[in-house]
Amino acid sequence: MTMDTPATGNTRTSKASQGNLIASAGRLNDFELTDEERHEIEHEMGHYENPRAASIGALKIVQKSRGWVSDGAVIAISDVLGIPSSDIEGVATFYSLIFRQPVGRHVILVCDSSSCFLTGYDELRDAISKELGIGLGQTTGDDRFTLLPVCCLGACDRGPALMIDEDLHGPLEPGDVSALLERYT
Amino acid sequence: MTSHLFSTSTNGETHPLTYRLREDRGYVGLDEFQQKDGYEALRTTLRDLSPDDLIENMKTANLRGRGGGGFSAGTKWSLTARGDEHPRGYIVCNADEMEPGTFKDRMLMQEIPHLLIEGMILAGYANNARMGYIFLRGEYVLAAERIEQALIEAREAGILGPKVCGSDFDFDIFLHTGAGRYICGEETALINSLEGRRANPRSKPPFPGQSGAWGKPTVVNNVETLCNVPAIALHGGEWYQNLSGGRSEDGGTKLFGVSGRVKRPGLVELPMGVSGAELLDMAGGMRDGLELKTWLPGGGSTGFLLPEHLELPLDFDAIGKAGSRLGTGLMTVVAHNQSVVSLTRNLEEFFARESCGWCTPCRDGLPWSVRLLRAIEHGEGEEGDIDMLLSLARDIGPGKTFCAHAPGAAMPLETAIKHFRHEFEAGIRHQKQEAHAEPIPVGSV
Repeated sequence: MTMDTPATGNTRTSKASQGNLIASAGRLNDFELTDEERHEIEHEMGHYENPRAASIGALKIVQKSRGWVSDGAVIAISDVLGIPSSDIEGVATFYSLIFRQPVGRHVILVCDSSSCFLTGYDELRDAISKELGIGLGQTTGDDRFTLLPVCCLGACDRGPALMIDEDLHGPLEPGDVSALLERYT
Repeated sequence: MTSHLFSTSTNGETHPLTYRLREDRGYVGLDEFQQKDGYEALRTTLRDLSPDDLIENMKTANLRGRGGGGFSAGTKWSLTARGDEHPRGYIVCNADEMEPGTFKDRMLMQEIPHLLIEGMILAGYANNARMGYIFLRGEYVLAAERIEQALIEAREAGILGPKVCGSDFDFDIFLHTGAGRYICGEETALINSLEGRRANPRSKPPFPGQSGAWGKPTVVNNVETLCNVPAIALHGGEWYQNLSGGRSEDGGTKLFGVSGRVKRPGLVELPMGVSGAELLDMAGGMRDGLELKTWLPGGGSTGFLLPEHLELPLDFDAIGKAGSRLGTGLMTVVAHNQSVVSLTRNLEEFFARESCGWCTPCRDGLPWSVRLLRAIEHGEGEEGDIDMLLSLARDIGPGKTFCAHAPGAAMPLETAIKHFRHEFEAGIRHQKQEAHAEPIPVGSV
């Protein structure tokens, strides 16, 4: 994990953080948003009637650069938005695409909904599990892949389908798995 | 990669949703969209029609909500709090397409996002909204890119922003991408999510049209619903209603589709009231060696239908009378060798996982149904399990919870047992008389 810019350091002088002492009290000192992350979050806030609406966007911004959302990130985001960190935590744990623990470099979202179920989801999932030695919700020992189930990907005409990072793949046979995964190092 | 279309047409008067699609199925940019009369409906409306005129057109059109609810879009608009005593609110496009078996909005957003934008601006004009949000599921990466591109093009051309197309109407649209969870597609949960909260549904009333996002009047419409608005504005409500003439009371055309165990899954724009048999035919029929056992007419929250229902017109009323719902209108086709118990278990696992947990019948009832279904699937069901499943389906049905998630889950469960009870019974471990058998001698095990 990259540590951030010394420019912002550990000082907390922003308006938002002053207004949010409760959240700040539990702050972990080893986490600081980068300037870029902070700017992106502040930009996001401008699109809504109040800053709270940017909470999901802010979590996604942090996750995009760091892969997951740590405790420190939750508190840092609450500082920027000026809302309690418990609210950010509530949101972070609700949404399935926000990761509150480290994930692999590549995240496999395998669709387990009805059309893919009918066209070979079980076999596809088993082939991935066998190839990687992990089950749903697990990460490979080399931190390369995390395997997660996902709601209908809207690719029912290409089932069974899955996404790896931002790429959609389907229809897939169990025999396709090995070559497909090799493309993600 | 894009979805296969069973047939295409370049006639805007018969195929208002798809006639502008490119042969190579790439992105229809602003120039091409305008060459094909894009934004003509918007310009004409802003010049010639009042918001009330447009709402009247929408009511006449009888465009029923294409996200699966089937509520008249014109009626919804007519109930929005408008006028000087109300603040200007929002148009929210529900682009959270996650209904199992549904892949239509993805195609519209990837290929022709300007049509959605035009529909949203018109909706904004009719409902006196100041801004629109497109609530797009996070996994639709390509759709997000294309929508962003289209929004930039529209802003640069003066179609979005202050003084839309030189009129006195100001309107802009922002793309909001989600972070998962099926429940975000429920309109009040979607509003909570848009506000940065957990996506729990809200109690109604007040309806979003009175008090929605940030307490302002808010209209939530599905992507396909909004994409129909420009043609209705341009050609009139009567024209739209007549598109389905003779086949259905429901107005217009719809994106229908087929997936599952068919030869050639895909999409097609056809008038409301087309039959399931016609669609199945277009999809090339069943894959070789397979026969049709059952089908879902419009997603995981619709009820199972039988082969004999294939001749019914696909519209909200006819499918409702057959004990199911039209839903999103995309058929999921199930073959003879598929266990209905297993498929139902898969569907209920989906609903159990995706319950937001707010209402007890849904949060606790759905996992219970999954446990029973898993047992039956493995031949380990107990006497009374089937009745318990039916009782659960009743107890999570309409009126027991804040939103339609649990009732949606109840429908495939109830109809699976109704049509295929023998399969469920085969999974019950019948108690033999062993309870009264002689005691096992001590030491024999």
